[in-house]
Amino acid sequence: MLEDEQQRPLLEVRGISKRFAAVQALKGVDLDVRAGEVHCVMGQNGAGKSTLIKTLSGVHQPDEGEIFWEGEKVELHSPTAALDLGIATMYQELDVVDGLTVAENIFLGHERATRGVLHVKQANATARTLLERLGHGSLSPSREVGSLSAANKQIVSMARALSRDTKLIIMDEPSAILDAGEVENLFRVVRELTAQGIAVVYISHRLEEIRQIGDRISVIKDGRSTANGLHVTETPKAELIRLMTGREVANVFPERTPVPADAPVVLDVDGLELEGHFEKLSFTVRAGEILGFAGLVGSQRSEIMETIYGARKATSGRVSVNGKALTPGSVTAAVDAGIGLSPEERKSQGLILDEPIYRNVSLSTFERFAKAGLLDERAERQAAREQIDALELRPADPDRPARTLSGGNQQKILLARWLVHGTSVLLLDEPTRGVDVGARAEIYTLIRRLAAAGTAIVVISSEIEEVLGLADNVLVIDDGNVLTQTTASDIDEHGVLDLVMKGSAA
Amino acid sequence: MSEQKTPVAEKPSVQTPAPSASGGSAVQRLFHGSAARSVGLVIALAAIFAIGIVTTGDRFLSGDNMLVILRHASIIGVISIGVTFVITAGGIDLSVGSVMGLTTVVASLASVQMAASQSSWLLMVVVALAVGALAGLINGVIIAYGNVVAFIATLAMLVGARGLAEIVSGRRTLLVTNTDFTGVLRADVLGIPVLVWIFALVAAAGWFLLNRTTFGRRTVAIGGNLEASRLAGIKVKRHLVALYVLAGVTAAIAGLMMMGRTTSGTSTHGLLYELDAIAIVVVGGTLLAGGRGTIVGTILGVLIFSTLTNVFTQNNMDTSVQALIKGAIIVLAVLLQQRFAVRKERKAKAKPVRA
Repeated sequence: MLEDEQQRPLLEVRGISKRFAAVQALKGVDLDVRAGEVHCVMGQNGAGKSTLIKTLSGVHQPDEGEIFWEGEKVELHSPTAALDLGIATMYQELDVVDGLTVAENIFLGHERATRGVLHVKQANATARTLLERLGHGSLSPSREVGSLSAANKQIVSMARALSRDTKLIIMDEPSAILDAGEVENLFRVVRELTAQGIAVVYISHRLEEIRQIGDRISVIKDGRSTANGLHVTETPKAELIRLMTGREVANVFPERTPVPADAPVVLDVDGLELEGHFEKLSFTVRAGEILGFAGLVGSQRSEIMETIYGARKATSGRVSVNGKALTPGSVTAAVDAGIGLSPEERKSQGLILDEPIYRNVSLSTFERFAKAGLLDERAERQAAREQIDALELRPADPDRPARTLSGGNQQKILLARWLVHGTSVLLLDEPTRGVDVGARAEIYTLIRRLAAAGTAIVVISSEIEEVLGLADNVLVIDDGNVLTQTTASDIDEHGVLDLVMKGSAA
Repeated sequence: MSEQKTPVAEKPSVQTPAPSASGGSAVQRLFHGSAARSVGLVIALAAIFAIGIVTTGDRFLSGDNMLVILRHASIIGVISIGVTFVITAGGIDLSVGSVMGLTTVVASLASVQMAASQSSWLLMVVVALAVGALAGLINGVIIAYGNVVAFIATLAMLVGARGLAEIVSGRRTLLVTNTDFTGVLRADVLGIPVLVWIFALVAAAGWFLLNRTTFGRRTVAIGGNLEASRLAGIKVKRHLVALYVLAGVTAAIAGLMMMGRTTSGTSTHGLLYELDAIAIVVVGGTLLAGGRGTIVGTILGVLIFSTLTNVFTQNNMDTSVQALIKGAIIVLAVLLQQRFAVRKERKAKAKPVRA
């Protein structure tokens, strides 16, 4: 733990910046981590935590800034370079190989062998020692990892870090996949590690957890450090929330047009349930209304959207559009009834990247343009061109492959697709992910205008500010449960975070 | 961002024809599209021709020899057209050779030929097509609705159909005695064998189907991004079934052509044709991962392989050496394709377009 305040930091990061094509992910982040401490890094979704982790683990190289390791300037060219220094990373998606044994996973990439022949017994024995150091001597080194729980897989991942003579372990939301009892156990292991002088960078947005395990806290927001090395015990919760929110570049949200009191209910979700994900979900969206889903990653928001859309088959419950119930589990039924989905993963779920803009726009309607099965590409191009003009999609060339467009323009393709189709309900899952600030305002204006034209819209966003700024009404959800339903003007970012953090505190 | 914004268009209006602006890009499309990729194949074909002319002179260029090349290309060519569709959609069909063998056996059964002699030789055609379509249907249903990987499902059909063909034929070669049938398939029209005409027709129909119809668009879309296609409302499963049926039908057509050429039906017809077809399709420029398919490329691929075989044979080259060289050519062609794909990607990355 912290004994010497003047101690030289193990890892020091000064002013690192990282830019991806259209997005400035990090714009000057500082961090100093001392040996034997648990250093928590907090920030909202999209604040740049993942990019920071990947920079420290050698996956990304920073455009600017310096990294010092034990006082010496270093460059982390590759994950191996980071591992060789003694920096190990435990990702949320655990990087264990299910088909291999515990010991094989621990020594993955640095197998105990002489001229290619594995020393199985020696590896198993060393693995057992490592597991004992983590307080898990009961875990058999020869057991297949696929049969372990998520919590035990984490232990294997940590043992692997130890096997490499690691001095710093980065844990990316390790508690996200654990239940309360397992979190207690995780904390015990983390304390074992720090007692042995190993530093832990602990990423989480659960305040209660951080109070229990953390020594110091750093906060990043919009890719910038807003606090560095605050003492956990001396920093009140309200101060942390303030540091995580209240951005400098305020997004400009378009004026709301009040939903007419007599606007008909267009989308009616009644007692919808998807086993293992969410239960008894009911809500309605009226014509011209924007309903926002606020919640953190893992709150099952996307699963809810996909179930409404029929991409997942509901266990029970009913979805109706304009009073007509949809066939569960049928995307075609949803599309025919007038629902359009702009999926969370734009590139892998929304677009055919190597196909031109116009074919992506007409993906839901090319059959309608066709006559007797013969494509009418001229009509498709014309329809795409009209949308390109209306949405100011750039470049304004219908034949440009979707791959070459920026995130904002790719999002516009998806909006254009459903505009051409003509939908009465639009489900927008993270419509501004990977979209830069300027283009965001455009997307917001478009969404607002669609609502004004009478479309019922559901918006999901990890950015609470966006949900509150854009939506008329808000559902705050966590882990598939609706925590509250309210008009957007009656709740602020603090309020939402407060609810969610209470709800998910271990 | 400009200040003014036109209102969001709500419904497509189709009245206005595309302005001439698309004329320029149409030419560009021709040069940047599959035609450009085919240029390399044309050059390769020309090179093989040159080797043929240099090594065997006029004998190679004679009209008769050209027809030999085309006739040799026709049967595998028809199968390759079907396989092009499946691969474009991101699938694979290993069973086409076996299914082809099975169709020849069933259509040559004594009972079928008897019935055909009493009605029409077309009955044999209908029986063969039905067998091919049924095999494809089974493949498609297992893949699309049983969620079995296409490689495994069609591998099972490869083994199973061959076995069934052996059972049905009793491991004997069945002679095709229906002279109406063989007469039609062995005839020449305008000096060109009917087999070649059939290939030309299937290829033309395939090109049209892939490039000009909703069926083709669905095929490319599913191969390009199955999940996006599904979420856009395309009935992906149904289409996958249709694709494997299509591949089965082309295998049946190839089977009929083989029966015409050899006047026999046997379980060994079409042995290893699935591998030849895949090699041809991939060399032709269709992406094995799906999302891009070219019928023109497949036709050129077939011609390259059959011309190559012809040149080898004319020069009395050992068949083992022929196989070795063909293997090397497949690897070379795919390596070149990948380099092309990488360059294209770099180009696209080099000029990112911002909002």
